[in-house]
Amino acid sequence: MGLHKTEYKGLLGWIDARMPTLMLEYKKHASEYYAPKNFNFWYYFGAFAMTVLVIQIVTGIFLVMHYKPDARFAFESVEYIMRDVPGGWFIRYMHSTGASFFFIVVYLHMFRGLLYGSYRKPRELVWIFGCLIFLCLMGEAFFGYLLPWGQMSYWGAQVIVNLFGAIPLVGPDLAIWIRGDFVVSDATLNRFFSFHVIAIPLVLLGLAVAHILALHDVGSNNPDGIEIKDKLDPKTGYPLDGIPFHPYYTVHDLFGLSLFLLAFFAIMFLAPEMGGYFLEWNNFIPADPLTTPPHIAPVWYFTPYYSVLRATTEDFMWVLAAGVAAYAILLFVALQKPAVKYTVLIVALVLVALMIGGPLKLDPKFWGVVLMGLSVMIFFALPWIDQAPVKSMRYRPLWHLGVLVAFVLVFFVLGYLGTQQPTPGLTYVAQAGTLLYFAFFLLMPWWSRAGDFKPVPDRVIFSAH
Amino acid sequence: MKKILVLFFVAAAAIWGAAANASGEGIPMDPFPVERMKDVASLQRGSRLFANYCLSCHSASLMRWNRLNDVGLEDRQIKDFLIFGTQKVGDVMSIAMRPADAKAWFGKAPPDLSVIARARTSFEYSGPDYLYTFLRGFYRDTSSPTGWNNVASPNVAMPHVLWERQGARETSFERVGHSEKGMAKTVSVYDANGNVTVSTTPLTGHAEERLDVSFKPADAQQARQFDGDAADLVAYLVFMTDPSAATRTSIGVWALLLVGLLVFVTWWLNRTYWRDVH
Repeated sequence: MGLHKTEYKGLLGWIDARMPTLMLEYKKHASEYYAPKNFNFWYYFGAFAMTVLVIQIVTGIFLVMHYKPDARFAFESVEYIMRDVPGGWFIRYMHSTGASFFFIVVYLHMFRGLLYGSYRKPRELVWIFGCLIFLCLMGEAFFGYLLPWGQMSYWGAQVIVNLFGAIPLVGPDLAIWIRGDFVVSDATLNRFFSFHVIAIPLVLLGLAVAHILALHDVGSNNPDGIEIKDKLDPKTGYPLDGIPFHPYYTVHDLFGLSLFLLAFFAIMFLAPEMGGYFLEWNNFIPADPLTTPPHIAPVWYFTPYYSVLRATTEDFMWVLAAGVAAYAILLFVALQKPAVKYTVLIVALVLVALMIGGPLKLDPKFWGVVLMGLSVMIFFALPWIDQAPVKSMRYRPLWHLGVLVAFVLVFFVLGYLGTQQPTPGLTYVAQAGTLLYFAFFLLMPWWSRAGDFKPVPDRVIFSAH
Repeated sequence: MKKILVLFFVAAAAIWGAAANASGEGIPMDPFPVERMKDVASLQRGSRLFANYCLSCHSASLMRWNRLNDVGLEDRQIKDFLIFGTQKVGDVMSIAMRPADAKAWFGKAPPDLSVIARARTSFEYSGPDYLYTFLRGFYRDTSSPTGWNNVASPNVAMPHVLWERQGARETSFERVGHSEKGMAKTVSVYDANGNVTVSTTPLTGHAEERLDVSFKPADAQQARQFDGDAADLVAYLVFMTDPSAATRTSIGVWALLLVGLLVFVTWWLNRTYWRDVH
């Protein structure tokens, strides 16, 4: 007959006989996916991120029904949605608030990874997929921000696309190719619209699926950083410290989600501009290619990296070159294999030579772009540069937590500076921040091993509710 | 985790405090009396002032006439009292003047005012405060092409359209700052005809840089009444910038209450399921 022998009755049995995959996957990812039972507050943010993704897709679908990706009508069509489309303001504010919330929850989700070493072996791929999602998210936010066609949309896009112009030889042509015009124009708006509504979301969804599949293959980490699969129940074969995701974590996440909705709605309904951070005031002025705003700042979630870009001045290049040289010496001393040692040395020599001589000599624009790119990409390296003998911060020396908190503060300071007009004094602060930002990552192989670690227990710490 | 959160908030507060100290330049903005936003009569007066005085040079092309229903005006009233031309109540508040002509006449096309209260907001001051100060901040200045200048927006191209309502007044600027001979206090008095008298007195010792403006109206009561007009007009502009704002906040409160209930239900659900987990 070809029908699968089913244990279910009724409609479900009928379906299961024809498509057993459905129930198998349901079991694998929900009812028989064993998650550690000691998840805490920080473990909500994955579910929140998934919720925001759904919010953005659904509200996005409705926005596209009324939005016009045409330089002549784009600004008006957004206001048309806000004023004349029934419930349009609700959809639009939900989408604009969702954009900022996406970054808030993803940053907190990443912080959780740093706190409990969730990227460590065997979860490196989970982390890499996550970083790729983060990159997609940045692309999605950047392309989407042009669509309201306000002054900040326009000039923000202009500034960022011009960054590609800093690439040697191909840069200027590349910038024109990206814009489809000599300045940001209708052509740019149309392609950004296409990227925002279809290209990137498709990739993003695929990556989100990969992120979860990879996670469910190795199992979730937990606040104790203990592998629950190491202690199985001899009778059932399930982890002793695990609990089926459904229903336990579905109800748990539902509670978290309702708290999340409380915060989300409070901002969306009562302060959708969030003091000019979620919706920038200047963006209520229609794009004007002939009037450059006095102060161009990206939206808050990009400002830490923007600060790194602006911190790279000609004078700072000497500091950076010295930093590269010092780091190369450190690596040379620390590394064992001669082949690797000398490769590092040669690469560093070439890098320093390029920084202080030749056609790119002290070019702050080019090196600023390189540094900004690096400040995002460096997250990929975490699974390998974190050398701590234990995963979780709970069993690491207290000062490790201090280092992590200091890093977060540096991230905040850089973020704040990115919203401000640069002054010589603030630029020094941004430069110090940039050095600390990179020091956190580049010196991690050493500091993460130092200090007295506490013994990790066999089983997770869990107190019944 | 509590340690982390505490550390976090203490540090964040410190950064915020340091940031708040950074101050802007120019004169401080007068606070717009926000309670007018809740006063329907005020919003209606504002819409009438807007239609009478603003809506020939400035458009509000994102705003439909019949949206004034939200401030309690009926279509009939809008048609009879506010619309001067042949527009219908479902039309947007557009104007006949073409932007190119406007640019030739004024040097700059008057901006569309649909979202002006938002567009004029910045990290230094709120849009409503700016507009409230701007509308009350015109003074006669013979050196400017229109014969008018403005304290909130120096050398603005716009003349004082509402001058008859505000009445004549004398304006004095008192600036303490660096001059050629070190710190000095400069007082510039613009009389009701825009002729300026400047007097400079050098200062000895330490003095904070500052700029103060004061007005001496010919008719104090008329000037006070005009402050009310300006507040009404700004209230209307704020309403127009986001007409759904009132609906949004009132729905928002209910939405939050409902989600609050959901928090309780899901908390209880979660607790019930997890009771047996040891």
